[in-house]
Amino acid sequence: MSTKSTTAERGRATTEPGTVALVCLAAWLVPGAGHLWLKRRQKGLIFLIALPLMFAVGLWLNGRLFPLELSDPLVFLGAIANRGVGAPYIVARMMDMGAGLVTAASYEYGNTFLMTAGLLNFLVILDAYDIAAGRK
Amino acid sequence: MTSHFLLMVLFAFFVSLVFAVLLRDEPREQLRTGAMMFGAFLVAAIVAGWLMYPFPL
Repeated sequence: MSTKSTTAERGRATTEPGTVALVCLAAWLVPGAGHLWLKRRQKGLIFLIALPLMFAVGLWLNGRLFPLELSDPLVFLGAIANRGVGAPYIVARMMDMGAGLVTAASYEYGNTFLMTAGLLNFLVILDAYDIAAGRK
Repeated sequence: MTSHFLLMVLFAFFVSLVFAVLLRDEPREQLRTGAMMFGAFLVAAIVAGWLMYPFPL
């Protein structure tokens, strides 16, 4: 199956600034959507599966979705990281998940999975931006 | 699941996968980079674990 996901197979194309912003928004909302939009199917599909799955594992491990509390800088940064994953975060919030169980042995692992999924998606958004802007 | 080692392996797998796909374009290169990164994660964790062994907290 040819996915035509490599730069060698496709030329660089600059997208309109408004479209670049939309690509970034889509990439935040649905991990991998930016790459799928830009026809990088192989990369997009891997992000689409791996990042929400990593987030789900974090919830399963009793991790906590942190609130945006400016009074506690580390919690605030954790909250920003949590929100990086987009729709899975919104869905988890709507389903009242991510309360966190501090006494669980896997609590810190859960937090790590949840935050890392969001932070990795920030990198994915930046990559989608670079592709849309014609830098890659 | 409470095995810290297995959770670390799972974490290493996800992070290696995403970084390899981000950093490389060719599937063969992605596989190579991902495998190297995954191996480095495991070796570093085991070495760090042994280094911390004499210092119980």
